[in-house]
Amino acid sequence: MPTITIDDTPYQVPDGATVLQACQMARVRVPYYCYHPGLSIAGNCRICLVEIDGNAKLQISCNTRVTDGMNVRTTTHKVQQGQREVLEFLLVNHPLDCPVCDQAGECELQNYYLEFGAYDPKFNEAKVHKPKAVPISQKIMLDAERCILCSRCVRFCDEITKTGELAIFNRGDHAEIGIHPQKTLDENQYAGNVVDVCPVGALTDRDFRFQCRVWYLGTQDSICPGCAQGCNIQVHYNKEREWRPHIADGRRIMRLRPRYNAEVNQWWMCDAGRYGFRFVDEQRLLRPRLRAGGELKEIDWSQAIHLATESLHARLAQGHREGIAIIASTHLTNEDLFLVKRLFCDTLQVPLVTADLPLVPGDHDAFLIKADKSPNTRGAQALGLMGAAGQLTGEQILRRIQQGRWRLLWVFGHDLSARCDEALVRHVVANTDLVIFQGPNHHRFAEAAHLVLPSTTFVEKDGTLTNWQGRVQRIRPVVPPLGESRGEWDVLQAIGQSLGLTTDFQTSEQVFSSLAEQVPAFRDLSYQTIGRQGALLHTR
Amino acid sequence: MTELVLSARFQKPDSHRITTYLHDEGYQAARHVLETLTPEEVIAEVTRSNLRGLGGAGFPTGKKWSFVPTETTKPKFLVVNADEGEPGTFKDRYLLERDPHRVIEGILIAAYAIGAHKCYVYIRGEYDVPLARFRQAVEEAAQYGFVGPRVFGRPFALDIVIHRGAGAYICGEETALLSSLEGYKGFPKLKPPFPAVEGLFHCPTIVNNVETLACLTTIFAKGAAWFAQLSGTPRSGGTRLFSLSGHIEKPGLYEAPQSVTLRQLIYDYAGGVRDGRQLKAVIPGGISAKILTADEIDVPMDFDALQQAGTMAGSAGVIVMDGTTCMVKALWIATKFFAHESCGQCSPCREGTGWIHKIVTRLVAGHGRPQDLEVLLRTAGAMEGRTICVFADAAAWPVQSYITKFREEFESHIQTGRCALDALVGA
Repeated sequence: MPTITIDDTPYQVPDGATVLQACQMARVRVPYYCYHPGLSIAGNCRICLVEIDGNAKLQISCNTRVTDGMNVRTTTHKVQQGQREVLEFLLVNHPLDCPVCDQAGECELQNYYLEFGAYDPKFNEAKVHKPKAVPISQKIMLDAERCILCSRCVRFCDEITKTGELAIFNRGDHAEIGIHPQKTLDENQYAGNVVDVCPVGALTDRDFRFQCRVWYLGTQDSICPGCAQGCNIQVHYNKEREWRPHIADGRRIMRLRPRYNAEVNQWWMCDAGRYGFRFVDEQRLLRPRLRAGGELKEIDWSQAIHLATESLHARLAQGHREGIAIIASTHLTNEDLFLVKRLFCDTLQVPLVTADLPLVPGDHDAFLIKADKSPNTRGAQALGLMGAAGQLTGEQILRRIQQGRWRLLWVFGHDLSARCDEALVRHVVANTDLVIFQGPNHHRFAEAAHLVLPSTTFVEKDGTLTNWQGRVQRIRPVVPPLGESRGEWDVLQAIGQSLGLTTDFQTSEQVFSSLAEQVPAFRDLSYQTIGRQGALLHTR
Repeated sequence: MTELVLSARFQKPDSHRITTYLHDEGYQAARHVLETLTPEEVIAEVTRSNLRGLGGAGFPTGKKWSFVPTETTKPKFLVVNADEGEPGTFKDRYLLERDPHRVIEGILIAAYAIGAHKCYVYIRGEYDVPLARFRQAVEEAAQYGFVGPRVFGRPFALDIVIHRGAGAYICGEETALLSSLEGYKGFPKLKPPFPAVEGLFHCPTIVNNVETLACLTTIFAKGAAWFAQLSGTPRSGGTRLFSLSGHIEKPGLYEAPQSVTLRQLIYDYAGGVRDGRQLKAVIPGGISAKILTADEIDVPMDFDALQQAGTMAGSAGVIVMDGTTCMVKALWIATKFFAHESCGQCSPCREGTGWIHKIVTRLVAGHGRPQDLEVLLRTAGAMEGRTICVFADAAAWPVQSYITKFREEFESHIQTGRCALDALVGA
């Protein structure tokens, strides 16, 4: 490992690191625009200047590899002057329209002007004008005047998706970003990332722009629930203003952004995940409901829990254990699934419990998008709720129910009519004494159930999900539960307590530590070891 | 006057045809090289000849070749830079038009030295006749077996591919040329890696100028020592083709030893300033080079002497300006060129060239402000040495040198809002 000196302090840095990377490791601030750790080095913005002994000229730190004994200075007058000059160049033709720019507050031009710029501007000429507010895709807006031509977005399309939609057209100060003729970003399933990599307000997200000023945003680490990949994300929500239906179309979550995880998604996420969070506000089940006289009527939670408990108790007392079926979901957290297992399998000894249903059809690729659109299949497998030898799948259970009169069917989350044969589902519902649905959103199956228990979504609950690699990753509550919705494990525990279930968990962390004790695959895992980057299940 | 080397055959009838070239002992040097010398010996001989890159940078050619890795499984490429775009320069055009086989013979020697079996010749798009002549010459050479699978019947293959540029000045910068050849926009590439290690299609590549390659035949026909002394200077070899243009009696292309002075070129070769007028200023090496005043022309035209004089030999395009020339307008022409031709990749150059041109345009229009000269100098200084390629430096040098050396003229423009020379030339 070479030793280099940065601003008079020696550091050991890995071989092959660039000076910019070394400065980042040493927590020495060096400004940069075109550099992105996930993309090739372009070296065109020219602002990451440092002084290196032995070089008369300032060097760009992004394309200079460290060598042993190198002496780097980042705060000399020459460096500061060079950075100021580059910033002034970048701003001479910039429209300076920060008050109406949605990037304001998270714009590196603003940030660096305050930190490294603050020069006395000398530009007295007419600015170059370029196209503004150009919708270059369904989701992305381009403002070519704000663009600093760092080429990050171009490199993203060239190097990551390898689709090459974007390019820099024209030369000199008329150069601008654009889409190649006859190409479209709408077919690029990762296009939203170009907005993330844009350091300025040139590419903005049409789904997010003008919904919330970024300084009102709160941030919480989470996991995208859109497929088995489990991309690490940040959930951005409005933390400053109380939610009102008229603000931002009534949405509580403003946007999702990918969060770096080297083993899962690096810096990226797909558009399906990025924009697929509206279900947390739309078509939500807000209160428990009971079918009475053909209609679903709202009831309160104590009634609902009492009803569910009594109906389970009665059927067990009458010896109808075989007439009960539980169809859990791979959308549930490990904690929720653990309570499903503790209550139905261990305590009540119900034989027909599964989380195994046919996959929802959906595309997949060799990058991040997985065919399995549920986030916790591996968790359900590890908990023995699917895939074990001799275990029936959800569809097999439904077919068995079809054979005769059934006592109780408890379904978590799924719209069974969308995932299994619809006629079969209708028949099953008609021939079952009690159909309990527990989940967050309205759909045909929720409407057909007899008792509906509203659940929270991934932005309202604490817990863990296990991705396809077996990586257990943490989701966290971002906003309060909508309506009276409740997390599944909490409701199951409340129901189970008078049926012989011995648990008394107060937090999902307690659920998880019990899970880690009892399920070998989760041995030694805890919320601490999972941390921000997740931890792998034990195999075997 | 001098022994002509590069331009010796320019005046001969049909000098571009292979028959006349063979008659003048053409292709014998290359045949001799391929038959008797190892590539290492070729490189050593070129190093001894003190041949330097005549595209303008003046980098020792033998040294450049020696950077090509010998232990590599990748193909190596020779790329000929015939994208002669430096304003005031037209030497490669003559070579391609009037002695294309000399260039091809140089290509054979260079390709053999670096182990390249494919040579790309990137010819400036506007060069119609040079392109046609060179293409015909390559076909002739192929017919004679000098280019193709067995060069001179020996186990050495060389394929020459001609690529026509599309009009961008920046594509004369060697890495932008490579980007363009690869099918990309002509953006200069970040260095390191340098082309000799990782160039065209990520393979080791040597980019040489047309004139540089044209010298090789002479080096191997007459010996490195003879070639080295031709220049009249210790650290360069050979003569140079000087493109003389501007306010002189006999504009044109002149071959001279590199030790020739600017004064000799203007007065002895080109017949002096037109109509007996006063000399005002000279650009010695293409529009990028810093300007020299009439008092500074006793400088030898070799790379080192001109560098010591604060300018550069560059492409040896000498542009002469007499007393009727307005330096503000002259600078305006230069800044317009650089603002138009900046590739737009690096922030300082992209924004700086346009900014500078706008200020100079304002000066010419009579709307200068007292602080403009400082802003110009500061902006030029902020571009210089801060970009991927030297285009920004080339754009900055005229600004710095014109304003520094002719400051009174610029100040007069700002103070009076008009050009004092307008009356003189009756404009």
